[in-house]
Amino acid sequence: MKISRRTTAVAIAGATAFALVATGCSSTPGGTDPNEKITLTVATFNDFGYTDELLAEYTELHPNITVKQTKAKTSDDARANYFTKLGAGSGLADVEAVEIDWFAELLQYSDKLTDLSSSDVDGRWLEWKSNAATDADGRLIAYGTDIGPQAICYRSDLFEAAGLPTDRAEVATLLTGDWDHYFDIGQQFVAKSDAAWYDSVGSIMQGKLNQEVETLESTDGEIIAGDNAVVSAAYNDILAQSPQLSAHLGQWSEDWYAAFSNGAYATMLCPSWMLGIIEGNAPEVKGWDIADVYPNGGGNWGGSYLTVPAQGAHPEAAKEFAAWLTAPEQQLKAFIKTGNFPSQVALQEAPELLEVTRPFFNEAPVGEIMAGRAAAVPADAPFKGVKYFPVMKALQDSLTRVDVDKTQSAEDSWAQFLKDIDALK
Amino acid sequence: MTQSLERDVEVSRTAPGSSGGGPAEERAIRRIAFGHRLSRWDVKISPYLYISPFFILFGITGLFPLIYTGVVSLYDWHIIGGQGDFVGLANFEWVLGQEKFWIALRNTFSIFIFSAVPQVILALIIAAILDQNLKAKTFWRMGVLVPYVVAPVAVALIFSNMFGDQYGLINNLLGRIGLDPVGWHSQVVPSHLAIATMVNFRWTGYNALIFLAAMQAIPRDYYEAAAIDGASRIRQFFSITIPSLRPTLIFVIITSTIGGLQIFDEPRMYDSTGEGGASAQWMTITMYIYNQGFGASGGGQFGHAAAAAWLLFLVIVIVGLINLVATRAIASNESRSSK
Repeated sequence: MKISRRTTAVAIAGATAFALVATGCSSTPGGTDPNEKITLTVATFNDFGYTDELLAEYTELHPNITVKQTKAKTSDDARANYFTKLGAGSGLADVEAVEIDWFAELLQYSDKLTDLSSSDVDGRWLEWKSNAATDADGRLIAYGTDIGPQAICYRSDLFEAAGLPTDRAEVATLLTGDWDHYFDIGQQFVAKSDAAWYDSVGSIMQGKLNQEVETLESTDGEIIAGDNAVVSAAYNDILAQSPQLSAHLGQWSEDWYAAFSNGAYATMLCPSWMLGIIEGNAPEVKGWDIADVYPNGGGNWGGSYLTVPAQGAHPEAAKEFAAWLTAPEQQLKAFIKTGNFPSQVALQEAPELLEVTRPFFNEAPVGEIMAGRAAAVPADAPFKGVKYFPVMKALQDSLTRVDVDKTQSAEDSWAQFLKDIDALK
Repeated sequence: MTQSLERDVEVSRTAPGSSGGGPAEERAIRRIAFGHRLSRWDVKISPYLYISPFFILFGITGLFPLIYTGVVSLYDWHIIGGQGDFVGLANFEWVLGQEKFWIALRNTFSIFIFSAVPQVILALIIAAILDQNLKAKTFWRMGVLVPYVVAPVAVALIFSNMFGDQYGLINNLLGRIGLDPVGWHSQVVPSHLAIATMVNFRWTGYNALIFLAAMQAIPRDYYEAAAIDGASRIRQFFSITIPSLRPTLIFVIITSTIGGLQIFDEPRMYDSTGEGGASAQWMTITMYIYNQGFGASGGGQFGHAAAAAWLLFLVIVIVGLINLVATRAIASNESRSSK
């Protein structure tokens, strides 16, 4: 079902692109008709929360514009598609979504993207969010959609069975502290339960590194992951306790998805966009809850942007559309649908957002919790340069070999990691 | 094409009528000569024109990319940035120096062996059974083809679920009968077996039908004579069926070799990241090429990807040559045995 829908979407996108080329040829140079009938395409991945109804609203506001959305399954797929077609010079949608982790890679070629800066959108986003989308020449090349402030999601039924508190305020008090404290409580938990403490070492690594500024690359673009004490300390800390605490699942693997519903572990780091994923994969499970707490303060994981490739036929119309999509009203709707927390300043403390609850998470006031977690995100955003994405992939692989596959010792796997990142230099 | 034919007809129509006057005759003769020339060209050139669409298409979609890949492999070439500096053979040197490349080569051959060998044997057995006098023949014959109709991506999704390490169906069943779970994703050989299973699921029926078609072409007299001589069914299979299938066997082995060395869909869909596992347990050469060029772990290095693609081309040529030698040996065997 998913695939066929995607294929149709691709076919539609292809047809649209063809139609765009056709109309592009017929239009006379210079005179662009504001009421010309056009189709705008927007390409996203996972679930941005842009429903058909939401897109139809835009057509109501602009009767001459039809909007078509194509969705890639994962951010990796979207990246491969984006880079290939950006290099080829044609074939991209009018508005393309990008993820923060591979955004820097794209930023090198910002001349292939439309400058989106405009007085209308000045100050719309959190400062670190829009700073990361500004290129070396000061052009704003992307509009922020969501951010990933992290909380902790937990299974209250498993907590209860192990004699831990279940109320989300008490859990927040219990877990307040640094990472060692989080691991200590985990050791207490696993002593009394068959379940593991957390889902995957990969997500713990993401959680730790996203609290630091310089991790895998130095701010001048060198790969320093191999020598950076922050990285090796995180690696060793995590793997020292993972035999007891981890559910030995590889993030995004089939087993990982299956484990949402079978109670293999009690807690997981919960960036806002994870809420929709948990709910979608464990609809019948009762017991998932969310606590307003995060080890060692706050942290942001992921989050996305919308860009307008310069190759499109209607860059101005696309820019206006992207600005509309990332306006607070629309992002609020997306938050209610998927849990993707908005990056817009106006929404950070908006009453409409604070009152949002999710029945699945035991009626948790996710609006309030996530707003609190967003406020706790350190102002110094982690530096993510050109090679961040592949180096992070290699680091995740090194953890997987030890904790999930159990095919290498921590030392051997680290040595392999050093070799892998050498190949990227 | 039709134009030249029409003109030809026109010429032959005007030629008899104009055989009267002097200068007109001369012109007619010249026109006849031209017509002759046209029809001579028609005979000489037309066959090539008729088959040219294939070669023009091949040139555009096969040869051009092949040569262009060769050009790219000599440059520092980024997916977005495009052409960079000329680096000569440095990309080849880099790829050959990568441990992952050799692991990918090992995986490709290993998955190929695990899939090709059981596939051909199973297909032969299935074809032999279908060749018997079964009821509802067409039903059974179409039945073995059903897996081939299923999209490989769908097959991969189903199988990667079944082969889940912790909560997969197969490990659950193994647990029921008291066996230890198998690391279908984490271990090298089990992951190859699982992927080979997907490949076999898809191609065994297809190959069985090819074998079946060839078996039906074997004259039934052979079997009758053998039966009168007292040969058992099994003896008949090995002494009549298999030798008669030699050309078909060679065809199936060559096509499955080429397909096997380029295997991509199944291993790519075997987990959600599609990068071939944390220690490249099931990363094949084509995946390595994809990862270098487009994947998350490669960083969009088209130069490296192009060099690896050319190396794969060389590997296939070498294996093809080995195939050719083996085929010749079998063919000469055949002619000797038929004397």
